[in-house]
Amino acid sequence: MSVGLLYALAGAALFAIGLAGLLALPHLLRKILAFNILGSGAFLILVGLGQRDGSVDPVPQAMVLTGIVVAIAATALALALARQLLERTGRMQLPEDRPDAETDDA
Amino acid sequence: MKRALPVVIVALAALLGAALAAAMLDLPPHAVRLPGAVAANLAASGVAHPITAVLLNFRGYDTLLEIAVLLLALFGVLALVKPHAAGAAHPAHPLLQTLARLLAPLMVLVAGYLLWIGASAPGGAFQAGAVLAAAGVLLRLAGLLPTWAAPNLLLRVGLALGLLVFVAVAAAVLGHATLLTYPPALAGGLILVIEASLTLSIGLILAALYLASTEVRP
Repeated sequence: MSVGLLYALAGAALFAIGLAGLLALPHLLRKILAFNILGSGAFLILVGLGQRDGSVDPVPQAMVLTGIVVAIAATALALALARQLLERTGRMQLPEDRPDAETDDA
Repeated sequence: MKRALPVVIVALAALLGAALAAAMLDLPPHAVRLPGAVAANLAASGVAHPITAVLLNFRGYDTLLEIAVLLLALFGVLALVKPHAAGAAHPAHPLLQTLARLLAPLMVLVAGYLLWIGASAPGGAFQAGAVLAAAGVLLRLAGLLPTWAAPNLLLRVGLALGLLVFVAVAAAVLGHATLLTYPPALAGGLILVIEASLTLSIGLILAALYLASTEVRP
């Protein structure tokens, strides 16, 4: 097993951890962090698979570089949106979106 | 049922991770030899470093859209920030202020170096822009920069410069061949012009994403 493949496997693990966190954690800040872990896993898979035969492939490296910058921008926007939600509702959680919400509370 | 949901999610995510890992272990050797194709065309790209060549020449379209995405994200953040949230900077500890004043010019110098070296070694517009943005954040934390909830005209020009120059170059070479295919003789100069404006804009946008939405308290 090459080092590149090891990175890619670690990326798959990070991807799964991030995905589980994104879906299971209700707090928005944790969701955003989980989203970043998920993204880092995807980047690690791309870069790792690109160099699993020992030589570095510049194409996935360039893609990941682009992806990192976009991920930063998306995170900043997500944080601004989460902060707006906190200021408006006082909560850092998305509202429950169930059709039976009223009957449940009553 | 509600308690069991996280357990189900974690189990399914673990399953997906295992499936991904199994697929990677099972992957055949490379079907397409991209590093070879990059190396073969490197001489015509105008730069000597393969990653910069991919970013600014072979896959310039991705980079063009990326700077557009950055700008869009900043528009989103600026739309969410209340204008009256902008305020003068709170002065920080004098030691931190002195350190920031000493470090900021050095960081600009490092950014310029990273931009220039990107043509032949690891570096380039994104790394240089990130260093510039870090300088902006440092100055903000030291209380030397105000928040930017409403950028003035000069700042707006700087924020949009990268995208505008990139689109202008793309439009100018459109008569030569397909989109973002530079004439080999001019490629090096064009890439340097694009990268220099990208560095400024990326640095300003990344710093603005932070500066537009933070209230630093003493």
